[in-house]
Amino acid sequence: MNAVFLYALVGIGLFTLGLYALIVYRHLLRKILAINVMGSGVFMVLVALAARTQGATPDPVPHAMVLTGIVIAVSATALALALMLRLRAETGRTEFPEERLE
Amino acid sequence: MSIEDIPWGVIVILLPLAGAVVCFLSPQRVSSLGLIVALGIAVGVAGLGWQVVEQGAQRYAIGGWGAPLGIDLYVDGLSLSMLVMTVLVGLGISVYARGYFKRDKATHFWPLWMFLWSALNALFLSADIFNLYVTLELLGLAAVALVTLAGGSDALISAMRYLLVSLLGSLACLLGVALLYHSFGSVDIAILAERVQPSPAVWAAMGLMSAGLLLKTALFPLHFWLPPAHASAPAPVSALLSALVVKASFYILLRLWLEVFPLANAALAQLLGLLGAVAVLWGGLQALRQTRLKMLIAYSTVAQTGYLFLAFPLASIIGWTGALYMLLSHAAAKTAMFMAAGNILYFGGHDRIADLDRVVQRLPLTISAFALAGVSIMGLPPSGGFISKWLLLEAAIRSGQWWWGSILILGGLLSAAWVFKVIGYAFTQTEAPHESRAVPVTMEWAALAMAMVAILLGLFASWPLALMEIGLPFGEEGAG
Repeated sequence: MNAVFLYALVGIGLFTLGLYALIVYRHLLRKILAINVMGSGVFMVLVALAARTQGATPDPVPHAMVLTGIVIAVSATALALALMLRLRAETGRTEFPEERLE
Repeated sequence: MSIEDIPWGVIVILLPLAGAVVCFLSPQRVSSLGLIVALGIAVGVAGLGWQVVEQGAQRYAIGGWGAPLGIDLYVDGLSLSMLVMTVLVGLGISVYARGYFKRDKATHFWPLWMFLWSALNALFLSADIFNLYVTLELLGLAAVALVTLAGGSDALISAMRYLLVSLLGSLACLLGVALLYHSFGSVDIAILAERVQPSPAVWAAMGLMSAGLLLKTALFPLHFWLPPAHASAPAPVSALLSALVVKASFYILLRLWLEVFPLANAALAQLLGLLGAVAVLWGGLQALRQTRLKMLIAYSTVAQTGYLFLAFPLASIIGWTGALYMLLSHAAAKTAMFMAAGNILYFGGHDRIADLDRVVQRLPLTISAFALAGVSIMGLPPSGGFISKWLLLEAAIRSGQWWWGSILILGGLLSAAWVFKVIGYAFTQTEAPHESRAVPVTMEWAALAMAMVAILLGLFASWPLALMEIGLPFGEEGAG
């Protein structure tokens, strides 16, 4: 078990944690954050697995992919937040109707 | 540079992208500009098609950097069929949207639609799995923004759910990409196809990517987000989503399944087929139960998507061709149906099926379009739907799995039931009169034209079938 593998496992752990939060929490902001945690998990896997052989210089291609991924994640988060705000202005709610408790 | 060397593949991606920016910057003439760009894309795809027919499958290295470092575009019969389908549906929707959207909505619709078109073309041309992820996200973001155009809380809630589902699906794909890159050091599909070896990482990647793409393709039981999102969007957007956006993630799944995961195991293929079969029946039954026309058509998309997955357990060239044919004819027919529903909604202010109130007398062209599209959805001859079901049936019998054929017939009967239900109400007088508003004639003709495309696909099946075989996307005869 080397360090690279550990980082990749942590990444997978973050992904799973985010997935759990996405399903369990009702507030939309929490769901949006959960998606971001999942994204960070994937980025961590990409960065960690870039070191394909022990000791050698890490492969830069996955790092470039992570940069692209971050740009996408930022725009998706912006859209999600804008939608959430609009939804709250329109209905006063920040949950999906089928997940409301009352 | 002679005409053979023009990189049409790059043009059909850049043109809508530039068109989106131009449409965004000049809101005054947005509809006309959009239509001109749409025609330009049609010319581009025609050029690309001519190139592919003359010279076979094409590969472009963008900027002269080839794979594995650079980004390649690849076009064969499969990609070309998808591009041509996008152009046909896109032109129809562009004409329709000119009549449908008033000034303020139009200024939002056109740039987003052009971005969506660009993402679709890029997706169908991508030759590497990371690029597929990026285009999938672009497509998802544009599609979500388009759903919100309808305004109101229903559309916002559906859009939000759609966005979260879409992001979840793409992230699962990206994790799969990371695992595949780590295992084989490339994201290029052709290189991966050479290097791929069965290993736990490949199985994990396959599971993640398939799950993500199934979620985005809305295969039963992951279809929960689709009907509200497709039904609450404005009519041209519903047509776009059902005809094109859902198909894009299916296309990626098909590509991966055919090239990167050829070692795909039979149990998983049977599972996909089974889910597809349940989707056909469940979607059909749910469609019958709906009281709103657009919701009904959206559930029918769930059913029709199910047919596409019947090709996985059959795994033969005829089966894949049948699924692709189903995809093309469904795209045309479903566009026509959503346009017809849009016309009825525009005319009467509602889409309650029980209160259609002799709409056939007021909008004869629209109801004709709906009925003709229904012929293709049911799979009656002569229509694209018939050809595709015929091919799937032949594949089922040849592979000795006749039971998949019975699903085709049951699904057809369920479709027939709801098509006749709607048409029956269109002839019946009701208490509630329509508040009737004149429907622009272009909107009626656009719906009829799309329905005619679905029918013509049945009458002239040999051309599209020959087109699909270029570059042998489904493998050699006998290998399947």
